[in-house]
Amino acid sequence: MSRFLRYKSIQVGSFGLLLALVPLVVTNRYYLSVMIFIGIHTLLVVGLNLLMGYAGQISLGHAAFFGLGAYTSGILTATYKLSPWPAMVIAVVVTVVVALMVGVPALKLTGYYLAMATLGFGIIVYICFKELVWLTGGPSGLVGIPKLSIGTVVLDEPRTYYFLVWAITLGAIALSLNIVDSRVGRALRAIHDSEPAARASGIYTARLKIWVFVVSAIYASVAGSLYAHFITFISPSSFDFMFSIKLVTMVVVGGMASIWGAVFGAATLTVLPEVLAVFHDFDIVIFGLILMVVMIFMPQGLTRGVLDLWEKYRLQRDVAGGSLSGG
Amino acid sequence: MAEGMTEPLLKAENLSKSFGGIHAVREVSFEVPTGQIKGIIGPNGAGKTTLFNLITGFYAADAGAIYFNGQTLNGLVPHQVAERGVARTFQNVELFDRMTVLENVMVGRHPKTRAGFISAAFRLSQARREESGIRDTAMEILNFIGLSERAASPSTSLPFGLQRVLEIGRALATDPLLLLLDEPASGLNAGETRELARLICLIRDSGITVVLVEHDMSLTMEVCDEILVMDYGRTLAEGSPREIQQDPTVISAYLGEEPIA
Repeated sequence: MSRFLRYKSIQVGSFGLLLALVPLVVTNRYYLSVMIFIGIHTLLVVGLNLLMGYAGQISLGHAAFFGLGAYTSGILTATYKLSPWPAMVIAVVVTVVVALMVGVPALKLTGYYLAMATLGFGIIVYICFKELVWLTGGPSGLVGIPKLSIGTVVLDEPRTYYFLVWAITLGAIALSLNIVDSRVGRALRAIHDSEPAARASGIYTARLKIWVFVVSAIYASVAGSLYAHFITFISPSSFDFMFSIKLVTMVVVGGMASIWGAVFGAATLTVLPEVLAVFHDFDIVIFGLILMVVMIFMPQGLTRGVLDLWEKYRLQRDVAGGSLSGG
Repeated sequence: MAEGMTEPLLKAENLSKSFGGIHAVREVSFEVPTGQIKGIIGPNGAGKTTLFNLITGFYAADAGAIYFNGQTLNGLVPHQVAERGVARTFQNVELFDRMTVLENVMVGRHPKTRAGFISAAFRLSQARREESGIRDTAMEILNFIGLSERAASPSTSLPFGLQRVLEIGRALATDPLLLLLDEPASGLNAGETRELARLICLIRDSGITVVLVEHDMSLTMEVCDEILVMDYGRTLAEGSPREIQQDPTVISAYLGEEPIA
């Protein structure tokens, strides 16, 4: 047990060390911004993966929670001049309340019906962002969101913000790794594998589904606040249905029920469009093709897929080595 | 508490459940004394599994009452029934496919443990202690059911017979007073069925009352203290295996029929 614990802290620790070294090599502000977006997306996807990958409950409206975090932070700091950190906490509270209001009725549904309900929720929230002009600034967006600061240090450089985002994301990864390897994590996976058996094993599945929905919404809310304070301008289009779909894609591409897969999926789908920009109008086509190929050949996601390829390669090498020595 | 001694562990009174126009269970009453192995037999569609689903809270009864350990089970949902000490298996083995053998049994410790999201996320010392307790108990159960060597294997890697045994192990992990087995011998060969009979008797000897629904007559006749025969949702007969084998109604309605293909 303690060995596994060490193993897990080694994973998180070495990943953290790697991330800490990045700004030493990368000084380009654009690259650092991309890294910050990867961090924010990772935070979102790790949370969504708890809900989707582990508990098996689909949410097609996760952009709404991201938006609730961003807009609550944005409105409280830009319009009402509240300081950012308390605003971020209030954003989490608002998101939790909304997640409970949506989750309690919606999570009585399963499969396609749950997908439809969360889809509807996402669209409603998006319309609110767009139409409540007096509050949100409407389609033209909300401007003047201040930068975050720690004490007297203002994090206005991508380099400093990079450290903040990744410190929080890394913390979220560590917490999630702990959750999935616990009584609660097993119960979540049990719901996914067989809900009747989970209930017969004494798991209050209805309540647990609501809790994991709320937890994943909290992750999204924090990510939203971080996003708002980074770009200092938000508009409804960042929180539309397509972004919800993109988050689901990140979960699936990275690999369901894998925390590190979530990191991988978020990184791949954040970087890929940037790289593909060289193809101009064809970037979407190529993007789609890559997703199709990944899903056809690695239905378990990139992380599992790459590991399987490695296993296969090793096996073949061993077989080849064995036949050589045999001959 | 002398009365409590004579109270049966499980008592069903005039249970009824219908789906649309079909009466799956009609006014069934029976009792299961503590420490017994009770068999429920009957042809397909006789209402045996429905009876289990009524007891474990998967279905709500249309009429009738269920008492367990002196309390009513009416109106409870499955996890509450499990918390009160009723564990069950499923006719079509319902394991957690993406978990190891050990993890499947560890899930069974759920009603006996507490750790939630916060204590799990921050690995509070209480949660860590609880987790190692869960692991130890699960290993003990794997030893008991003879699967400890497969602890780290994926549950799907087990042959079907052992998957049924693992499902029983997961049910045992909830520390039940009553264990409901839904056709535990279906899909097993003769050797596996003998092993299963031995395991069921061991479970009874450890103080757990067992009710099993079965098609397989050999298993039922061998291990059960008492048998309830159902047909078309009704009680046809009740008694010891010997009495059932000699009951003319049962013979004509069930045993006397052509063997079921």
